[in-house]
Amino acid sequence: MTGMSSGIQLTAQTAKIVRIQRIQDFLFHKVTLFFASLVLIVLAGILISLIITSWPALSEFGPGFFFSSEWDVVNQKFGGLTSIYGTLVTAVLALLIAVPISFGIAVFLTEMCPNWLRRPLGTAVELLAAVPSIIYGMFGLFVFAPLFAEYVQPALTSTIGQVPVIGALFTGAPNGIGLLCAALILAFMVVPFITSVMRDVFEIVPPVLKESAYGIGCTTWEVVTRIVLPYTQAGVVGGIMLGLGRALGETMAVTFVIGNAHRIKASLFAPGSSIASTLANEFGEAEPGLHYSSLFALGLALFIITFIVLAAAKWMLARMEKQKGAKS
Amino acid sequence: METGIYNKRKRSNKVGLSLSMFAMVLGMVVLLWILFILFTKGFAALNFNFFTESTPAAGSAGGGLANAMVGSLMMVTSCTLISTPIGVLAGIFLAEYGDRSRIASITRFVTDIMLSAPSIVIGLFVYAIYVAQVKHFSGWAGTLALSLLAVPVILKTTENMLRLVPGTLREAAYALGTPKWKVSLAVILRAAKSGVMTGILLAIARVSGETAPLLFTALNNQFFSSNMNKPMSNLPVVIYQFALSPYENWVNLAWGGALLITLTVLGLNILARVFFREKS
Repeated sequence: MTGMSSGIQLTAQTAKIVRIQRIQDFLFHKVTLFFASLVLIVLAGILISLIITSWPALSEFGPGFFFSSEWDVVNQKFGGLTSIYGTLVTAVLALLIAVPISFGIAVFLTEMCPNWLRRPLGTAVELLAAVPSIIYGMFGLFVFAPLFAEYVQPALTSTIGQVPVIGALFTGAPNGIGLLCAALILAFMVVPFITSVMRDVFEIVPPVLKESAYGIGCTTWEVVTRIVLPYTQAGVVGGIMLGLGRALGETMAVTFVIGNAHRIKASLFAPGSSIASTLANEFGEAEPGLHYSSLFALGLALFIITFIVLAAAKWMLARMEKQKGAKS
Repeated sequence: METGIYNKRKRSNKVGLSLSMFAMVLGMVVLLWILFILFTKGFAALNFNFFTESTPAAGSAGGGLANAMVGSLMMVTSCTLISTPIGVLAGIFLAEYGDRSRIASITRFVTDIMLSAPSIVIGLFVYAIYVAQVKHFSGWAGTLALSLLAVPVILKTTENMLRLVPGTLREAAYALGTPKWKVSLAVILRAAKSGVMTGILLAIARVSGETAPLLFTALNNQFFSSNMNKPMSNLPVVIYQFALSPYENWVNLAWGGALLITLTVLGLNILARVFFREKS
C-alpha cells in the first residue's frame, strides 16, 4: 500500500520535474534564438537608418548623386562620384599589388617552408593582420610617403611616365600622398587577409593529388600552378573578394595618405578621396542638412558595395567547403 | 632537344619559387619595419607623465594620455561585458539548434559579412540611432559601436569551438536525463571554454584598435572624465587627431599611444593563441 502511494508520488514528482525542464528548455531555446536574431535586426537597422538619414540628399539629387563629381559644401551641391572613384581605384590597385604577394607567401608557407618555420611565419603574417589600421596610416604618412615621394615617384615618372597613354597615370608633382600611396598602404593591409585564406585552401588539396603530380616528374611550381591552383580556384577567388571587401571599407589607413581632395585627376599621384576618408574628415563638421545627409548617402553606397562583394566572397568560399566535403 | 624543355621547366620553377620566397621576405620586412618605427618613435615619448597626465592643450609641452587610456579601458571593458553573453548565447544557438533552422543559416551568413563590414558605417549607424537622438556624444555610444563589432567575432568563434566538442559527450549527458539547456551550458560550453576565451580575447584585440567607429560616437574629451554619458577620450581617436596636428609634442604623444595600442593588440593576439594551444 505504502509502496504504491510512494510510486504515484514519484511519478507525480517526475512529471513535475519534466514539466519544469521543458519550460526551461523552451525558454533557453528562445533566448539563444533572440540573441542570434539580434545580428539580423542590426543589419536591418543599419540599412533602414542609413536609407532614412540619406533620403533628403537622395531625393534632392536623385540617382545622379552617384554620377556627379561636384562636392561643393558652400553651394550645397553634392555628388558622390569623386569619393566612389577614389574608393574603387585605391581598392582595385591595392588588390593588383596584394594578390601576387599573397599568393607568393601562401605558396612559400604551404610548399616550400621547412616545418619548424611554418608556425612562426604563419603567426607573423596573422599578426600583420592584427596591427590596427591607424598604425598603418601613421606609418604611411610619416615614414612611407616621404620615401615614396623622394625615390619611387621620380623613378616612375622618368620610366613608365614617358610611355604614351598610360604614362599620364604616373606624372604630376611627387607629393608622396595620393591615390597610389593609399593603394600601396592598403595593399600592405590586405595581404595578410588574402594570404591566410589562400594558405587555408591550399592546405585542403588532397596530398595524393600532389604526390601523383610529383610522381610523374612535375616541378614544385608546376604542382602549384596546375594542380593546387585549379583545385582551389573558388577558394582563392573568395579570398581575393574578402580582401577587396576589406580594402573598400578601410578608413584610417587611407585617410592619412590619400590627400583628401574632391577631384578626379588622370594621375595616380594626385590626391583624391575615398568614401571612408570623406566620412572621417567631414562628418564632424557637417551641419544637419544636405551635407550631412549626403555623407550618409555615401555611407549607404559603401555598405551596399561591400555587402555585395563580401556576399560573393562568402559564396565562393562556401563552394570550396562543399567541394572539400565531397572529395574527402 | 629534350634538355631544352627540361631546362625551361627548371628555370620557370626556379623563378616562381624565388618570387614566392621574395614575397615572404617582403611581408616580414614590412612587419619588422613597422615594429621598428613604432619602437624607436614610440619609446621616445614614453615617460612617467605619459601615464599619469591628461592630454595637453594645443601647442603646450608635456602632458600624457592618462585620460585616453582610462577612456579606452572603460569602453573596451563595458563592450566586453555586453558582447560576451550576446555572442556566446547566439553561438550556442547556431551550434546546438542551428542545423536545420533557416534563421540560423541566414544568421551565419550575415555574421560572416558583419565580420568584415566597414567599421565606419557602424559608427554612422550608432550616430543615427543614438547620438543624433540624445544629441550628445558619449562613452556609451562608443561602447555600443564597439559591441556591434565584437559580437560577430565572439559568435563565430563560439560556434566553431562548440562544433569541435565530440557528439558523444552530448549523447552521454542526454542519456543521464540532463535537459538541453544544462547540456549546452554545463557540459558543451565548459568543454569548449578555452576556445571561447580565445574568441573573446580576439574580439577585445579587434575593438581596442578601432578608430573609425569611435569618431562619431565617443568623439574625444580633452579632460579626464570617467562619465560614460559624456564625450569620452580614447586612445585611437587621440592618436588620429594628434598625429594629423602640426604640433610636435602632440605628434610625439601620438607615437607613444600608437606603440601602446599595438603592443596591447599584438599581446592579446599572442595570448589568445597560447591559451588555445595549451588547452587543446
